[in-house]
Amino acid sequence: MIDYNKYLNSSIRSLSPSGIRKFFDIANEMDHVISLSIGEPDFQTPWHIRDEGIRSLEKGKTWYSPNRGFADLLQQIAKYYERRFSLPYTPSEQVLVTVGGSEAIDLAFRTLIEKGDEVIIPQPAFVCYNPLCVMAGGTPVNINTKNEDNFRLKAADLEAAITPKTKLLVLPFPNNPTGAILERKDLEEIAEVVKRHDLMVLSDEIYCELTYGDRNHVSIASIDGMYERTVVINGFSKSYAMTGWRLGYALGPAPIIEQMTKLHQYGIMSAPTTAQYAAIEALKNGDRDVRHMRDEYDMRRRLVVDSFNDMGLHCFEPLGAFYVFPCIQSTGLTSEEFCTRLIMEKHVAVVPGNAFGACGEGFVRVSYSYSLKHLKVALARIREFLEDLHHGNQAESAGKN
Amino acid sequence: MDKLLKLLCKNSQFSTAELAAMLGEPEDYIKAQIREYENSGVIKGYQAVVDWEDLPDSYVEALIELKVTPKKETGFDDIAGMCMAFEEVESVYLMAGVYDLALIVRGQTMQDIAMFVAKKLSTIDGVLSTGTHFIMRRYKDRGMNLVDFDEEQDERSLIL
Repeated sequence: MIDYNKYLNSSIRSLSPSGIRKFFDIANEMDHVISLSIGEPDFQTPWHIRDEGIRSLEKGKTWYSPNRGFADLLQQIAKYYERRFSLPYTPSEQVLVTVGGSEAIDLAFRTLIEKGDEVIIPQPAFVCYNPLCVMAGGTPVNINTKNEDNFRLKAADLEAAITPKTKLLVLPFPNNPTGAILERKDLEEIAEVVKRHDLMVLSDEIYCELTYGDRNHVSIASIDGMYERTVVINGFSKSYAMTGWRLGYALGPAPIIEQMTKLHQYGIMSAPTTAQYAAIEALKNGDRDVRHMRDEYDMRRRLVVDSFNDMGLHCFEPLGAFYVFPCIQSTGLTSEEFCTRLIMEKHVAVVPGNAFGACGEGFVRVSYSYSLKHLKVALARIREFLEDLHHGNQAESAGKN
Repeated sequence: MDKLLKLLCKNSQFSTAELAAMLGEPEDYIKAQIREYENSGVIKGYQAVVDWEDLPDSYVEALIELKVTPKKETGFDDIAGMCMAFEEVESVYLMAGVYDLALIVRGQTMQDIAMFVAKKLSTIDGVLSTGTHFIMRRYKDRGMNLVDFDEEQDERSLIL
């Protein structure tokens, strides 16, 4: 028998598998499970976008694209950032099309981080930042955002986490799993600290189109003095319901994008050709779809937040993404206990908050990327679960008396 | 389209509290708005969408095309009104195109409908001709799928 551990890179062996998986595996083996755990749009890619992908195939466009992506797409991406966020990027030098936003995050980390560099990553956050940072040789330094701050990153907390080794700040807002956003004032305060300590920022704006209540997403790159310090990560998955097409991009200072492009060139070569043709159509004619989907999510968001608060699980109002992050501490259960019992007793799957960092303990992530019909059934079952729990607790305390 | 009406069209059984939450309006406002729609006749009523196919007392439906001669004073309204009066008639539409009125007619058997067309509809003064098309199967009705080819499976999987 070969001892493979001898051959395996020790950093990768030390990475723990994603905590979201466990509950999904339980759910998969059960019948009639209602899931609220999926983190991707329930919409299908709008037809006109799919159609352009199909048309490109019909025309036989099946070759590699240029390493950075098709010129037309680079231009459309630059135009989009100009139009939506007033940020100017030169298509040929400052834009790189990648295989999903995740590849762009990986490239940015590997391009910026050197062994021993500290990377500040606010949590709760999407599960990929810490492992990718470690694999790039960096040391993740996690800051806990708090319920009482509506899970926004506070400049003072950032300042406190900075050491002489700090190089990079990750800004994952609008946030998965909390649904928190950062507004201009928050960003201005953060930007002051970043500039004072000469840091770089990776701003993951994949949920930028899902910001509610007439708020437009603000990119930290648009704050004074931050354009030159920010690598913006974005993609088509969430805004245009294009997860399976695997298409993202990075925007930033030309010298950084140039190095990232080298890595991309050697590791990936180029992003999928068909997806790029579809993405051009998305950026040219997809605004209406984005608005439509945002309106739909917004209605669901309100319903879900309202229901949780009504059930007695405090839920701060998330203003972005498609998740709510209710606090379950009042049940006396841990996040894992809550999720395990909920799925065993009522067949509803949600994700324990601590899957997104230890500070997520006491919370659960509920995705509302589901139809209203589906959400109503799931919410009713959660309500039943809480009532059962309440009666159980009452019976228990009565037994003690 | 009015968001409230859109939601009610999708599912008229949302509670006013749910509608209020979804639309970000006070519940009292939603109640008043619905009452207003009902009183003014914008909302005509609420019905269940039923799939009768496998039920014992299922029925037959047909789409009937009518070519008619419009009346001088009242146009198509008179004849439409007469059609509406039959309880067999579910829907009456005025059409643009090769015929004038389209009716959805319901009966216990095909024979029922054939007799109804022959005896009741064709004999209306001003009706020039009829064309009967039996509905064989309802795949989708009023925005709802009655036949689920994919059984509505969530194909998404949790990847992280």
